[in-house]
Amino acid sequence: MPQHKPLITAKGLTVRSGRKLLLDALDFDIFPGEALTLIGPNGAGKTTLIRTIIGTLPISGGTLHRKPGLRLGYTPQKLPLEQLIPMPVDRFMALSGERNKNKRADMLARCDAQALQSRQMSDLSGGETQRVLLARALMRAPDLLILDEPTQGLDQPGEARFYALLEEIRKETSVAVFMVSHDLHMVMAQSDRVICLNQHICCSGTPGIVAQDPSYVELFGGRAGIAPYRHHHHEHCDHD
Amino acid sequence: MIDPFLLKAALAGLLVALVAAPLGCLVVWRRMAYFGDATGHAALLGVALAMSFSMPPVVGVVVVASAMALAVAFTTRGGGFADDTILGVFSHAALAIGLVAAALLPDVRLNLINTLLGDILTVSTSEILLIALGGAGILAVLAIFWRGLLNATLSPELMVAEGGSLMRDKLVFTLSLALFVALAMKLVGVLLITAMLILPAAAAAPLARSPERMVAYAALIGCLSVVGGLWMSWEADTPAGPSIIVMAAVIFALTAMRRRP
Repeated sequence: MPQHKPLITAKGLTVRSGRKLLLDALDFDIFPGEALTLIGPNGAGKTTLIRTIIGTLPISGGTLHRKPGLRLGYTPQKLPLEQLIPMPVDRFMALSGERNKNKRADMLARCDAQALQSRQMSDLSGGETQRVLLARALMRAPDLLILDEPTQGLDQPGEARFYALLEEIRKETSVAVFMVSHDLHMVMAQSDRVICLNQHICCSGTPGIVAQDPSYVELFGGRAGIAPYRHHHHEHCDHD
Repeated sequence: MIDPFLLKAALAGLLVALVAAPLGCLVVWRRMAYFGDATGHAALLGVALAMSFSMPPVVGVVVVASAMALAVAFTTRGGGFADDTILGVFSHAALAIGLVAAALLPDVRLNLINTLLGDILTVSTSEILLIALGGAGILAVLAIFWRGLLNATLSPELMVAEGGSLMRDKLVFTLSLALFVALAMKLVGVLLITAMLILPAAAAAPLARSPERMVAYAALIGCLSVVGGLWMSWEADTPAGPSIIVMAAVIFALTAMRRRP
């Protein structure tokens, strides 16, 4: 477990929409350089949590502390308006605020997307879009990358390619990655820690610990039997 | 051969078309046509109120349209209704309240047809000056915040993650829109203000390969519509505002047949 001061600290983080409870008293940290993955069923509040961390949703209770000066990079699941707004890839990169075209081209090349520079965002495939979004997110040299289901809609090779790229970038930059994922196999292989969310935090810890947790097994059933090793203690699980 | 009043109308119309281009593109990209309607319709109430307090109509329009735009922008969505239903309620309620107020308020002798459909052929020099100044202000503000406006359009989370402010974006967008309503009312009237925003922008979309190009094409198409509409109004004695929108619709139909290059 990393020793440094956390980038993000949540204590009792609670978010409501009207009377509906979306996030229930979450306690967690995100440490520098770690790969933390958020899993959970549909409607568990994963996107709500991401929006809350970024700051587009107000907190109803508890605290969310960001390390001062924290630089965030974010990749949305998709760009909902891409069909309506004409947007060449390089223009999209420039919207990050980077005026130097060479720097933008270098970052695209770094993310395996150099050939896409003059294409329209709306014409890109799912995998191409995610590589461009990643390049944009890295443009500001973030301390923490927040990725919202980056491999949704990708085929198996596309997924593998994206995770390999992400792994390389983590090695080079030591950026922390907080990622929502449905892909349990990759989660187990590539995350330092996993948080399993279902309004509240069901369980969290290293992939091995989480995979053995009864609440995880309950949520993910048959797909859960991929734990790399057996282990007995958990960071807790409060179960309804 | 051309009458001075026609020249004045053309000048005012061209200015409005230029300002409408970037705002209209934002409205189209953000799927906020109803939001434009709600703000535009609120202008009628603004005119009625301003007249009953013997103030210049433009003041009432700016105040009421701003209030409406801010109310809609900051209303929490939900309550079991779809967004378009809520915006429809705001938009039509605003229009109905404006019509009722115009009939109820004492000392208001409002030319309803001119307010609803526009009255560009009677535009005065001072009104043109107002449109030029206000329009320049809107364009300047939009230019300054353009990158943030585009980012918020693509993804509010992306914008905030990169250090932007959603509050500022909302204020810039809604207040610019409200001021535009006040400037454009004379040209096309309360009912067709949204049309002046979205038709040129929508017609420009199939032609453009970047957001800024789309704004430029929208400005060009808006200007062509103004000139064409005024010509039609002059030749066929049709109402000027609706004629401008008819021209924009014709151009939209033409460009829609073409796919994006």
